[in-house]
Amino acid sequence: MGQPITVTVNGEKRSAEVEPRLLLVHFIRETLRLTGTHIGCDTTHCGACTVLLDGTPVKSCTMFAVQADGQQLTTVEALAASGTLHPIQAAFKQEHGLQCGFCTPGMMLTSLALLEEKKDPTDDDIRWAISGNICRCTGYMNIVKAVKSAAAQMKAAAAVPAATAAVRS
Amino acid sequence: MLPAPFEYHAPKTMDEALGLLDELGEDAKVLAGGQSLIPLLKLRFASPAHLVDINGIRELDFIEERDGTLRIGPLFRHKAAERSSLLASRYHVMADAAPQIADPIIRNRGTIAGSVAHADPSGDWGTVLLALDADLVLRSKHGTRTVKARDFFSGPFSTALQPTELLSEIRIQAAKAQTGGAYLKLERKVGDFATVAVAVHLQMDDGKVGSAGIGLTAVGPQNLKAERAEASLKGVRLDDAAIKQAAVLAAEAAEPKADQRGSVEYKRNVVRVFTERGLKRAYERARGGG
Repeated sequence: MGQPITVTVNGEKRSAEVEPRLLLVHFIRETLRLTGTHIGCDTTHCGACTVLLDGTPVKSCTMFAVQADGQQLTTVEALAASGTLHPIQAAFKQEHGLQCGFCTPGMMLTSLALLEEKKDPTDDDIRWAISGNICRCTGYMNIVKAVKSAAAQMKAAAAVPAATAAVRS
Repeated sequence: MLPAPFEYHAPKTMDEALGLLDELGEDAKVLAGGQSLIPLLKLRFASPAHLVDINGIRELDFIEERDGTLRIGPLFRHKAAERSSLLASRYHVMADAAPQIADPIIRNRGTIAGSVAHADPSGDWGTVLLALDADLVLRSKHGTRTVKARDFFSGPFSTALQPTELLSEIRIQAAKAQTGGAYLKLERKVGDFATVAVAVHLQMDDGKVGSAGIGLTAVGPQNLKAERAEASLKGVRLDDAAIKQAAVLAAEAAEPKADQRGSVEYKRNVVRVFTERGLKRAYERARGGG
């Protein structure tokens, strides 16, 4: 009954046999034991279960694990993989971009995908991008601030190696 | 929530997919973006024994304008429509609708053809295709037939599509000069289904309306085509009186039901107002503005 799949999860190849009806979010939480990805509404509305599939945000409650076979999966655990907070995580902390924290993993991954594409997003860009992620605590103000702050941090960090390289050459 | 068990098939070619559908018949459903189908399976409103996932057939993800026809493949996703410069330049009704489908994460996966085949009366793309007078190409192992969008929808979640067929292409007459369109959608919050939405597509011809397409969302058992309103515009100069009359006819074509989103009178009135606004916007765009 099981179907073999191999998914590159946060840079590491993981293989498993899964039942076709196993949702991606259950594969992540129960098979891989990566519980940072949350199940919110379980009906494709809230975005709490958002992960990145080949860099694109998807609702992992609305995909089957078999469909991720051969693809790159990024979960919230990838953000602090080096042991230090990712600039997006640091900014959510600094700007109080979370209260209960339930929506935060999805919110941060959607933000990461946005910042990959737009280095300098406007408030509108951010609000538009996160409109599939529901937060019932913050009122979104501080989430928007956090994403803006993360964008500035990441831009500054990206500029440093370039400047260093320029000095060296 | 888990769907009932099913057997999963991931064909790599169209022929393989059509072979599977032919063999499995009513026991199979086609899985494209899955953003409507998977929630249905989880709620056990449907429990097909087989899913035929077409996401591995990469050549089904296309949009192209060729020989006077715009062709859209079954894996062309909402997000790609939202970002298409071709649609933004000359297919305004589609470009307007795309960013109003569900939310950005759903748009990353969901497909236009999947939404049309799903045939939710509150779905947006069916209405857009009705306004555009699109043709739907239905392909099976044994052949291909083409059905007009207006003959495709037959009721809530019901279409002319046979279990052995795949909606293999959407065909729209290529937009000529002086074409304009608009999609207006009322929703309670971002990502909600429409309370009411109206699609308008206008082809102007020497200062008069060459043809007009008007589609209505969420005000009937299926997406509706307001044919009397369309006919009232053919060959006329698009002045305020003509616009008002068409809007009244469109409102009459609506068959809304009262629910938590609004009363019958309210929804019918929104159809009237949106048809008016949509025609004005489409007209402006047909003349090279907005």
